[in-house]
Amino acid sequence: MKRRTFLQASTALTISFSLWGTRTFMNSSPKDGDTDGSPQPSSLDSWLAVSADGLITVYTSKVDLGTGVLTALSQIMAEELDVSVHRIRMITGDTDRTIDQSQTSGSRTLHKAGPQLRQASAAARQELVRRASLQLHVPAHSLTVEDGVISSPTSGSVSYWQLIGDRHFDLSITASGSGADLNVAPDVPVKNPKEYRIVGKSVPRVDLPAKFSGEFVYSHDVRVEGMLHGRVVRPNDVLSEPQFVDEKSIADIPDIVAVVRKGGLVGVVAKTEWSAIQAAAQLKIIWTQAATTVPASPDALYYYLANAANFAEQVVADKTAHASDLTHPLNRKTLEATYQWPFQMHGMIGPSCAVADVHNDRARIWTGSQGTHRTRKAVADLLGFAERNVQIIYAEGSGCYGRLCPDDVAEDAAVLSRAVGRPVRVQWMREDEHVWEPKGSAQWIHVEASLDENQKVERWALTDHYFPYTAGVDTRLLASRQIGMPQTGQGNLGHGFAYGKAGGGDLYAFPNQHIVSPAVPWIQNDLTPLRTCNLRAPGTIARTFASECFMDELANIAKMDPLEYRLSLPMNDERTRETLMAAAERAQWKSRLLRSDPNNTPSAKGRGVASANRDGTVVTAIAEIQVDTRSGAISVQRVTIAQDCGMIANPDGVRNQIEGNVLQGVSRTMFEEVEFDGRSIKNSTWASYKTLRFEDIPEVDIVLIDRPELGFLGVGEAAIIPVPAAIANALFDAIQVRLRTVPLTAARVKAAVIRQNSAKP
Amino acid sequence: MRLSLKVNGKVRSVDVHPSTPLLYVLRNNLGLNGPKFGCGLAQCGACTVILNGRAVRSCVVPAERAASREITTLEGLGSSDRPGPLQQAFIDEQAAQCGYCINGMIMTAKAFLDAKPDPTEREIKHALNGNLCRCGSHLRIVRAVRRAARIGPTKKPSS
Repeated sequence: MKRRTFLQASTALTISFSLWGTRTFMNSSPKDGDTDGSPQPSSLDSWLAVSADGLITVYTSKVDLGTGVLTALSQIMAEELDVSVHRIRMITGDTDRTIDQSQTSGSRTLHKAGPQLRQASAAARQELVRRASLQLHVPAHSLTVEDGVISSPTSGSVSYWQLIGDRHFDLSITASGSGADLNVAPDVPVKNPKEYRIVGKSVPRVDLPAKFSGEFVYSHDVRVEGMLHGRVVRPNDVLSEPQFVDEKSIADIPDIVAVVRKGGLVGVVAKTEWSAIQAAAQLKIIWTQAATTVPASPDALYYYLANAANFAEQVVADKTAHASDLTHPLNRKTLEATYQWPFQMHGMIGPSCAVADVHNDRARIWTGSQGTHRTRKAVADLLGFAERNVQIIYAEGSGCYGRLCPDDVAEDAAVLSRAVGRPVRVQWMREDEHVWEPKGSAQWIHVEASLDENQKVERWALTDHYFPYTAGVDTRLLASRQIGMPQTGQGNLGHGFAYGKAGGGDLYAFPNQHIVSPAVPWIQNDLTPLRTCNLRAPGTIARTFASECFMDELANIAKMDPLEYRLSLPMNDERTRETLMAAAERAQWKSRLLRSDPNNTPSAKGRGVASANRDGTVVTAIAEIQVDTRSGAISVQRVTIAQDCGMIANPDGVRNQIEGNVLQGVSRTMFEEVEFDGRSIKNSTWASYKTLRFEDIPEVDIVLIDRPELGFLGVGEAAIIPVPAAIANALFDAIQVRLRTVPLTAARVKAAVIRQNSAKP
Repeated sequence: MRLSLKVNGKVRSVDVHPSTPLLYVLRNNLGLNGPKFGCGLAQCGACTVILNGRAVRSCVVPAERAASREITTLEGLGSSDRPGPLQQAFIDEQAAQCGYCINGMIMTAKAFLDAKPDPTEREIKHALNGNLCRCGSHLRIVRAVRRAARIGPTKKPSS
């Protein structure tokens, strides 16, 4: 790799992340001359740079999606470098300047990128100590480092910034593999965790003061010289194409620069944002009549999911004592139940926004994509540019909880910018975001268990029918679809990405276990508001809702307290048992059987438990609820979480994540469902898609189990997973009503109560 | 058309169409990024500013209606170097994740606490019930407002 040039002025305005908030500064480093323009992982200079003023700049493709993960990564690097965390600043998700460590997702940032950055830091420290040893004429092992100052007890001291400030290391380090699996400098020794002074402390989030004062620069706040404002106009119905665009219909709106039409994509560009917004709303377009493929209703969708027969089946977990045991043992009692999980939205509070500057054969785009390298590929393809001529620079967006439209809007902005030859900022309107964001897939899950004569589970079988991702994984983004770019792939049909077995009952070691997740064919390439992609804890949250509710149904059959029932089972990881006991102790769970006649009171209380394992992070949730038996309304009053996520980098950061997981979990369990009617989706604003509000929030009580010996596991999407089942189990405990479809709305509870009462003698 | 707006104690002159919602004038003409676009429909609260002491949704207030009134934005409460008491309470409670909604939380709470300096927790939740947060930072936000309430009525930092 060529050198990274310090403080070399160019025209790019970029955003740096540091303790002092976000600053804008002049970009260094034009292209480094590699084939795709990206830095090489085998050069230490690709990972970090030390400046003469005592700051350390870290380059990482990992981005902060609003979870505070950059604070934790800063702690890991500061620890290994022996510097104050205040000295670390980060350049993140800039395709020209950061190594592709894969996108930021799946609770994998600390788990995967943590060790990469730790090893790079250790390599830098080792090299700096080596140089100090030469300069001070003392052996390296006699030197100590305190906040970047290397000292010898006898021969004075020298600082990192004196040794290398504003210069390159020019040092090769070993690096193999790629993306999340990059193995960086594995030969360099690192600190013993027992000596950690920064990791494990609740260092305050480095970004928050600027976010609380309006100084932080989100992607929505990026402005560049000569920038215009654009909006795209998308159809209300699926598959619609613009037949006629009446430009005269916006003649009365001032400051319009252009109406842009490319294939089926229509957009407007104006000098002011308000003119662009008005023009997009007022522009008269005659759309073709849609020949829709969207199901007529959620019920129709579940019917399709349940009865799909044509799919690439993936057997993801299969354990049998004897092959014949997989078939129904005729002499055994078999129980079964079906659970349904709806399409849900990510529901970003700030709609997607990007600024694109496209001219000649080059493009520079600021957006809040989870994976800027992936966005670069899509945009380069759309524009017909070489990837090296497209630079995507991450600017933080609104919390997204899955791959979302910062990718799509990057394409929108690129198309409009190219059309007018000026930088264009595009922000989606609320309706654009609600309707056109890719949704979390609906799931239909069937569970059955055969019991032996002692009521023990002898055979467990779970089948999960879901839709594969049709947005963002080997498929075109929205504008590309509208423009008519040829389709590249088949989504992840059959690839098993992100779905799989987790949550399907794999916490328990039953003698025979069969968990299968077949992908059901879904609209792959068409323009549809029911595109699917990862939404926090994809697949796992619904499978855990099914499996952990079913465990409660089994406990009831066994006439046991649901917590005791779980504790009586053989488990695949004993840490699950530990979180069950820790949560039970904190929540003061008292073993008992179901209440005998709970419906006598207008307000019934219940408690429920559920557990999950997210790639090694183990978590148990206990929910306490109150049900108004007349209206059916559930109030979730308290959720207790016990979580073991291995080594804890930042305890308050972990608590913040757990609180957010629980509240979002309550929201998705209680309120959230995307509705549709065969033509379009019906939830186009917050008025028609309810999420959790302040008057709905439960108390959250957290027990953290620290296990430094396990290293960093993940916290971003673990604690949400058991929440739905814990609430549904609490409902059963309160009024002996079993709801197997999310959300647990008052109407559904009330209907179930009426059914139950009418069934009574 | 030229409009004169009094924002954070200073009179600012802008050249905008008078029906332009205040949000876009504050952001694009005056470079105040505190207020955020969330929905444009007064449903989420991300764009909240204080107009003559009342928290309003700036995405639906025409700029001309704000003329000759006192407008306070997030920037008017303090800076990251010199945060106001309510901002400091949010820092102390680490009361955000992505932070996109936080402008609305702080500005709504500011107007609320100015009118009711010693609220109950239930009253705080009620006051914020129209503000949406997707990250689930509600618990911390309530704690931050409680903390600020205990300290006393929120005041502008001395400048």
